[in-house]
Amino acid sequence: MLTILILLLVLMILGAIVALESKDLLSGVISLGICGFALTIVFLLVQAPDLAIVQIIVETLTLVILIAAILKTTHEDTTEAFGLRKLLVWGLGLVSIAVFLAVSIHVFSHLPKFGYPVLRIAQVYLDQGLPLTGAANIVAAIILDFRGYDTLGEATVLFTSVAGTVAVLRHIGRKRP
Amino acid sequence: MKGMTLIVKCISQLMAPSIFLLGVYVVLHGHLTPGGGFAGGVLIAGSFVLLILAFGSDEVRSQILNWNATAFESVGLFVFWFLAFWGLIRGTYYFTNVITKVNPGLPYHLFSAGIIPLCNLAIGIEVAAALFSIFICLAILKVGDRI
Repeated sequence: MLTILILLLVLMILGAIVALESKDLLSGVISLGICGFALTIVFLLVQAPDLAIVQIIVETLTLVILIAAILKTTHEDTTEAFGLRKLLVWGLGLVSIAVFLAVSIHVFSHLPKFGYPVLRIAQVYLDQGLPLTGAANIVAAIILDFRGYDTLGEATVLFTSVAGTVAVLRHIGRKRP
Repeated sequence: MKGMTLIVKCISQLMAPSIFLLGVYVVLHGHLTPGGGFAGGVLIAGSFVLLILAFGSDEVRSQILNWNATAFESVGLFVFWFLAFWGLIRGTYYFTNVITKVNPGLPYHLFSAGIIPLCNLAIGIEVAAALFSIFICLAILKVGDRI
């Protein structure tokens, strides 16, 4: 179980690196799909069917949308950094990776053992979810009743991102086509 | 964009209504089975995207831009916010499940769990409209179109 998870995580990291480094945007997007579908299998293996359903559907639709956008516009990745800027990007990246690794090693050494949470509040949700809310799906009871604030925040984030996308891409006010 | 061949058109004509119905089912049964507003909304948006990719968007572009996907998105978010605010109107806390307190309903039935199915419906409308308007922006919109 743990070896399969580690293999899938290595596959996801490889897919992300290929997506970053490939010059063709289409192959970059497709290797980003490796990342998402491997994450679906990870969710299935750790027994989270709700998350797996959402992940596989969203991944498929976003891949289709991105591929349609790439076929409409261009295949080539034109962003490139030179000289001091390249040095700055690499240096800051390496420094932040080092800081993140140091902090996360320190944090993960304090976590409880994998699969055996000691969260007392989760047991209350599991016991009282059905009698208090009446929802048979415990995930729906948590995300829409006990933790409704989080879901409202997510919906607002989605709304804001779509408003930003529409504002950038609708081309009103441009003089010459 | 242009449409695809006759085979793709036939298959997507058969598949798109079933995908749409599956999305509606997943939204409405979000409090009983795995899934919920987010997954069902993405499925509903996916059925529209499938039809547009198969048949092309050149003839129907003006109609699609007149569908007001962003308005549906705003309505979905507003309904969800109102359901959250309902508890304050009735004199209790924010996000109180006011329907369950009055009429709990039978567990494991479709009409149960109070405002949770209504929240799922609002989120489903919002997510479907949001993803469809992102698709419109990235793949259909041309210079000079209004949305």
